[in-house]
Amino acid sequence: MQQGGNKMSHDAFDRRTTDWYIDKLMQSLVFIGGISAIIFIIGIFVFITMEGMDFVISRLDPVEFFTSEYWFPSDEDDPEFGILALIAGTASVTGLAMLVAIPFALGAAIYVGEFATGKTREYLKVLVELLAAIPSVVWGFIGLSIMNPLIIDVFDVPVGLNILNAGIILGLMAAPIMASIAEDALKAVPDGYREAAEAMGATRWQVIFKVVLPAAKNGLLGAVLLGVGRGFGETMAVLMATGHSVNMPDSIFDSVRALTATIAAELGETAVGSDHYGVLFTIGIFLFLITFLINLTADLIVRGVRKG
Amino acid sequence: MVSSAEALVKDANQTLKLDVRDLSIYYGDTPALENVTLDVREHEIFGIIGPANAGKTSFLKTLNRMDMFTSNMKVQGDIHFNGFDIQKTRNIYALRSRIGVVFPLPVGLPLTIYENVALSPRLSGIRNKADLDVIVERCLTRAALWDEVKDRLDSLGSLLSGGQQQRLTIARALSQEPDVLMLDEFSIAVDPVTTMRIEDVLKELKSEMTIILVTNLVQQARRLADRTAFFLEGKCVEIGDTEDLFTGNAKEQSTIDYIEGKFG
Amino acid sequence: MFEISELNKRNRKTQKLFQILFMMMTLLLITPVLIILGTLIYKGGSIISVDFLFTHPTDGMTAGGIFPALFGTVWIVAVALLASVPIGVAAAIYLSEYAPDNWLTRIINLAIINLAGVPSIVHALFGVGAFVIFFKFGTSILAASLTLAIMTLPVVIVASRESLQAVPKAFREACWNMGATRWQTIRRVVLPNAVSGILTGVILEVSRTTGETAPIMFTGAAFFLPFLPQSVFDQTMALSLHLFVVSTQVPGVPEELPYGVALVLIAMVLLMNSISIAFRMYLRGKKKW
Repeated sequence: MQQGGNKMSHDAFDRRTTDWYIDKLMQSLVFIGGISAIIFIIGIFVFITMEGMDFVISRLDPVEFFTSEYWFPSDEDDPEFGILALIAGTASVTGLAMLVAIPFALGAAIYVGEFATGKTREYLKVLVELLAAIPSVVWGFIGLSIMNPLIIDVFDVPVGLNILNAGIILGLMAAPIMASIAEDALKAVPDGYREAAEAMGATRWQVIFKVVLPAAKNGLLGAVLLGVGRGFGETMAVLMATGHSVNMPDSIFDSVRALTATIAAELGETAVGSDHYGVLFTIGIFLFLITFLINLTADLIVRGVRKG
Repeated sequence: MVSSAEALVKDANQTLKLDVRDLSIYYGDTPALENVTLDVREHEIFGIIGPANAGKTSFLKTLNRMDMFTSNMKVQGDIHFNGFDIQKTRNIYALRSRIGVVFPLPVGLPLTIYENVALSPRLSGIRNKADLDVIVERCLTRAALWDEVKDRLDSLGSLLSGGQQQRLTIARALSQEPDVLMLDEFSIAVDPVTTMRIEDVLKELKSEMTIILVTNLVQQARRLADRTAFFLEGKCVEIGDTEDLFTGNAKEQSTIDYIEGKFG
Repeated sequence: MFEISELNKRNRKTQKLFQILFMMMTLLLITPVLIILGTLIYKGGSIISVDFLFTHPTDGMTAGGIFPALFGTVWIVAVALLASVPIGVAAAIYLSEYAPDNWLTRIINLAIINLAGVPSIVHALFGVGAFVIFFKFGTSILAASLTLAIMTLPVVIVASRESLQAVPKAFREACWNMGATRWQTIRRVVLPNAVSGILTGVILEVSRTTGETAPIMFTGAAFFLPFLPQSVFDQTMALSLHLFVVSTQVPGVPEELPYGVALVLIAMVLLMNSISIAFRMYLRGKKKW
């Protein structure tokens, strides 16, 4: 009986069963799923380049594109394709947003990660997570309908849709995400560091400032960078809260227009294949490359530059 | 297909279960085990003793080719199972299902107790509930666990106590109806009473399968093993009848020292 | 001795000060949002009714309900999930169960981070170039949903991968040792114990997909349509775009209407997130090993 069993099993080592083939099939399928992210990211670049290519080859003057502040892409006689003002709009809003977001995000991360305990900590984390979930079009609406009159009242300016408005909105949007990434970075600092410092008689805040923050600085920098990336790429909120007028800003009360918002506002009016259509895709390529660079840098910083 | 040469070898050693020749194992460039040659006979309990880092666990891992799952683990040498070269297998899973393994730390799968034991039969295609019931009861009974869990077969196997999980692991290994049962320091996480119960089970099982018992307790090897191998620092120092080794007839001084507890 | 305790006192004071400062910052971060939520409810709450949810807009979208937008959002989200959940879970299984620690895996992870980081309007451009024009789906639910599916793929992948990796390695090894194939191990032991975690990720994705506006603006969502969509090749209205339209594009809208739309949208999104969070906490409390 036993001997017979052995013989059968012995043959079985050579025989591939249905399960063996299913295993191989599933391995291939999940592999395709795995590389799909690469396929999609390349696909995004390829397709927006395909649509923008005609313009890049036939019309694009890189110097004019990046240094001219004149944006009249649909002018029939003499269109102008300068995105300097749009870059200035995006940069000023993102910059202000970071000024708003960084202190709050880091403060909240330190409080939630190092001070808050038990239920308070849980509740705060949930709140921060819910904040991060509010859709950008709702933020835009808030800028439009709540912040706008508020800014007009408080600062006595004619228009409340400006850098200040969009910067605050964008700051509030970016802060929760930055806070939760920053908190992860703080959590990643081994408890042994804290214990060692406390054993030497350091107080809590000394531990935080002298030990935890320096140890977590890469992660925190990564959090800030991802916040910048988020602000840079935000579309609906800046479309609705900046006032959407092409403008080299002088003060935070100036209305501006962002790169992303320009695409959102104008793509619907353009004919497929026209120069205007092409330049919007060219801006898209630019946005793609910049955010790719930001995310790559953030990733390298967070993981530390190590060989993979 | 068995070649004629292999068939000859098989005839000459009717009772040869595992035949290991010049086995070396490396992690990266660091050797874990070097030039081990030994054989395990059918229906024996083959003990392997030795201190930590002797290469015992790595040795077991290579027998059912779990080295595949360890990225930097390299294996050289020949291992024949029932006269079949395990490196040549086209269906590694069929090979593994013939070899039951019990780990140092018990692993109750996060399935019900019933499903823990029914999993292997299910994987091999048994679907009939009545058949599964029979297998589950038989395996749990043999692993000395049935009486304790028969009323709660649908509670999670992973939430049993350590000793119960270890017996569940044994029941699961038995449900494979293995040719060879490999136990790796099974008593580490188990209380002495349970250890004794499991040892009794192993003595009974000997009549049906071949057992390889890696243990850190030399007295356990003495109680159970027919033959014992002594591993030390990646080398197989000595293989002999357990009785000989433990009655002072070991050939190597280090074996005697280890058995007498002078190091370890 | 005396000096030390003096120093301690000062330190303790500073610590208290910092703790209060950080707490204030946290509260300051949260309060505006609570105020905003309050305002939305205060100004938009009065318009919410069964009629508002289940009738069509009238009078050039200055009156009536939001039913076509709600209906369209449900469609878009459903189709997006159908596309992204299988791919996302497959990707997560690959990354958690198969992927060796090599350059390809690093590139996949980088691609996932970038899919999440590329601006939504760039995803919109991709959707136009790929689905609307190249694959000739036209502006349709299908094109909009696929665009959103790719955009929110990282949400599913990251959540699924985390819950798969939370299943201890020892369980897999136990199964492999029994002769189970990798796939049998995944299907019988790993996935059943990760599926609830994956589900929280999917709910999060529903929330994200519901709120996104820019990616669907040019791929399948319309400002106004008199009819409901009949198939995935039709355009549709969508709640997020509807909020943009009634608050910026239509003159003469009564004030409470956009507030009402915003309230419905944010309620849906926060509800989804709350369910996901509650579910996650429930699971954390339920010990399985």
